[in-house]
Amino acid sequence: MVLSKTASESDVSVHSTFASRYVRTSFPRFKMPENSTPKEAAYQIINDELMLDGNPRLNLASFVTTWMEPECDKLMMASINKNYVDMDEYPVTTELQNRCVNMIAHLFNAPLEESETAVGVGTVGSSEAIMLAGLAFKRRWQNRRRAEGKPCDKPNIVTGANVQVCWEKFANYFEVELKEVKLSEGYYVMDPVQAVELVDENTICVAAILGSTLNGEFEDVKLLNDLLMEKNKQTGWDTPIHVDAASGGFIAPFLYPELEWDFRLPLVKSINVSGHKYGLVYAGIGWVVWRSKEDLPEELIFHINYLGADQPTFTLNFSKGSSQVIAQYYQLIRLGFEGYRNIMENCQENAMVLKEGLVKTGRFNIVSKDNGVPLVAFSLKDNSRHNEFEISDTLKRFGWIVPAYTMPANAQHITVLRVVIREDFSRTLAERLVLDIIKVINYLDALPSSFSAKVKNTDELEVKVKNGTVVKKTDIETQREITDVWKKFVMARKAKVIC
Amino acid sequence: MVLSTTFLESESSIRSTFGSRYAVTSLPRFKISENSIPKEAAYQIIKDELMLDGNPRLNLASFVTTWMEPECDKLIMDSINKNYVDMDEYPVTTELQNRCVNIIANMFNAPLEEGETAVGVGTVGSSEAIMLAGLAFKRNWQNKMKALGKPHDKPNIVTGANVQVCWEKFARYFEVELKEVKLRDGYYVMDPEKAAEMVDENTICVAAILGSTLNGEFEDVKRLNDLLVKKNAETGWETPIHVDAASGGFIAPFLYPELEWDFRLPLVKSINVSGHKYGLVYAGIGWVIWRNKVDLPEELIFHINYLGSDQPTFTLNFSKGSSQVIAQYYQLIRLGYEGYKNIMENCQENAMVLKKGLEKTGKFDIISKDIGVPLVAFSLKDNSLHNEFEVSDMLRRYGWIVPAYTMPPDAQHITVLRVVIREDFSRTLAERLVTNIEQVLEELDTLPSKVTQKLTTEENVDNGKLVKKTALEVQREITTAWKKLVADKKKTKGVC
Repeated sequence: MVLSKTASESDVSVHSTFASRYVRTSFPRFKMPENSTPKEAAYQIINDELMLDGNPRLNLASFVTTWMEPECDKLMMASINKNYVDMDEYPVTTELQNRCVNMIAHLFNAPLEESETAVGVGTVGSSEAIMLAGLAFKRRWQNRRRAEGKPCDKPNIVTGANVQVCWEKFANYFEVELKEVKLSEGYYVMDPVQAVELVDENTICVAAILGSTLNGEFEDVKLLNDLLMEKNKQTGWDTPIHVDAASGGFIAPFLYPELEWDFRLPLVKSINVSGHKYGLVYAGIGWVVWRSKEDLPEELIFHINYLGADQPTFTLNFSKGSSQVIAQYYQLIRLGFEGYRNIMENCQENAMVLKEGLVKTGRFNIVSKDNGVPLVAFSLKDNSRHNEFEISDTLKRFGWIVPAYTMPANAQHITVLRVVIREDFSRTLAERLVLDIIKVINYLDALPSSFSAKVKNTDELEVKVKNGTVVKKTDIETQREITDVWKKFVMARKAKVIC
Repeated sequence: MVLSTTFLESESSIRSTFGSRYAVTSLPRFKISENSIPKEAAYQIIKDELMLDGNPRLNLASFVTTWMEPECDKLIMDSINKNYVDMDEYPVTTELQNRCVNIIANMFNAPLEEGETAVGVGTVGSSEAIMLAGLAFKRNWQNKMKALGKPHDKPNIVTGANVQVCWEKFARYFEVELKEVKLRDGYYVMDPEKAAEMVDENTICVAAILGSTLNGEFEDVKRLNDLLVKKNAETGWETPIHVDAASGGFIAPFLYPELEWDFRLPLVKSINVSGHKYGLVYAGIGWVIWRNKVDLPEELIFHINYLGSDQPTFTLNFSKGSSQVIAQYYQLIRLGYEGYKNIMENCQENAMVLKKGLEKTGKFDIISKDIGVPLVAFSLKDNSLHNEFEVSDMLRRYGWIVPAYTMPPDAQHITVLRVVIREDFSRTLAERLVTNIEQVLEELDTLPSKVTQKLTTEENVDNGKLVKKTALEVQREITTAWKKLVADKKKTKGVC
């Protein structure tokens, strides 16, 4: 006689995932659960919760790549368990990184002999790349000052106020003073003339951005170089330049090859670029390249000798995955020069489609330039009744994620919406976005202004206060107030940092 | 009439990958080539070249995880295009990170109230975690010294000479002096007494390691804490402790829960652990936890306000993938306490199998302790004829990657081979490794010694008299001679 057993409560693998007990009990958020969970249930529960994350491809504010070819996905998955730092065990992966460094250095016209190896390294992103470059400048400057017998305790770096947050981090963590060139209305990048004025003997370098985060504009590195060369001749300080080409480094060589911004300019000593922006790789890879060996102080480098070849390493991170390095190499050989150029040209065209669609509505000012990163930054011509934050919120209903940002000092009263055209943002999507924006404008036009009521009240109160006389405000004051009120309203809810 | 067209040379997609021209031309190594190539060819070419990399699972020296369940692989692939730093756009991913931080902080007995959120962050690895912790200590110390009106330009940190290379990096890049407690023969971790002695008023913290890289040993953090509490009471310097639990942080709570090494000790202010070691996630995730808010100076934190809740961020890296954070959360809920405990117990048992197998050959000294990270570090009892580097080389023929390392000062004459028992190193593999090591020993016994020939010429020289050397000198010479021989071929300076 065969006794049949009923599936007991503990036979967890028998229950289907959705009917199992695990979907009913909630997972602890502070402590590790005492018992294990079947892997299918664990997978399903996490997968379900992640459905509520935004769709990466609809995140129009991000420069970071959100799509790669399936062949590359296969390569990445196959190398996900390779710890990149084990150079001994994974010599091919190490060599692929070196090839990428060489290719990118040549792309930036580094002054190298035929088959001379470039000086550079793969990083986790431009943040690490910038910190390494900054560290190199700081150490070089300190060594020089010590040799001259001068104090070296107050280094500073000159940048525009439009820099990405990682420069502020670098300054804060590595104890370098940040001297920012303020923006002004209509001029949203670093002014080379003002930058050079701010340079003093404690300046370790001037950082220029190729592809400003806010409006995609390329700063005039050539002018900066020429002005700085003149100043260096007078002062003898030898102040160098670093180009933060996080976005622009993989655009300028293909769309604007005559634009001189890289190592063709003698004062440019190091350049960083994000592989995960227009290098067309998923998040997690950046590159920093130095002009020559002298620009990277030996004392910062740790040496690993592998099979006779000297492998210098200079990174902040140690163990990390190899997938993105391999993916970058894949893209470089798969696309080649023509492939990258085609993609950048497409991005540029789609940006024009979007821009013209917005211009045609008659309601927007275009803040971005045509030359630069393929993106469209725009603001409302009239934001007294409704403003850019409301447009951003309403666009979310259609699925689009288009954040609104205020400019840094001294243009804080300007708010922009930014759409970055990545490789996977097709012309169809651009046209659809224009239609949806038009719908949003129509929808908002029909609504009463939600906050002008607020401003009106404060306005009336304040207008009467000053000694009983009615004081008229200038347009800019009104605009500033409106933006301030709205900012306070939204600040309680939304991100402060621009990415 | 239909004109048929013949396939042109340029229709590269028609040819099969291996028959195509791309297998014949070599790819540029220095410059980007002018033309694109089909994606299948690009895939195949790279894949083929990568065949010559080592097999990650046979890399027995690495602590870093090399296998995860397929369900987790799926989750990883799905989130590979999510830029982790976009907290606004990916609120769930951000919350998963916060949950991991809370879970790990509680695992380390952080003094938290019920429902109080922990102070900590996910990083790319223990290197970043250590730099952040060190930066916090440095800034706290500087603020303290400024308030006291004392000079704060010469900070230092006290560690053992057995520290992993990232501490040296931290010291060099952030301009902190590294004061190392030297090792000695038979004692391969930091001596708490000597460490406490080295502390002065410029010491920003003392760093203890739970799971030394070289032999897996846990340093006696409790003893260090007690000695330092006494010293602090005398000096008033309030020197804190950081525990580098890169390996040990996911082992001690499961195998040795009574061992007091974490926030239960009052001077421990921050702890780092590698999610990608015994946290059982692929390379690319680490965690650093602070005891409480005051241990992380506000001025270092950048604030992002997300839907009303304050999201403080303090990392060196900005954009990065979300996959490993999600994978860590998967492991924490998938395994739970019992799952991690089972796995660590298995690793420990397999380590014992390997250790006993090696002891039975009678040719090895076991350098690692039974209590600690599940690994076996061993050296030859007699390395005058052949030494550990040769054993390592020959094991490669069998497919195993078992590197040999020399100890740091003052024990440089000791060379060890190290096998780390990871989750995917089964008992079968352990037994197979023992068999292969026995085969290697037999083979070496038949070979003449490469090194002794060099040595005999030197013995006669000293003033014509035969000078006998001490056993230690001989051992040192052999190791140095062999090191030079191999260093031309292979040298890893930083122990990983």
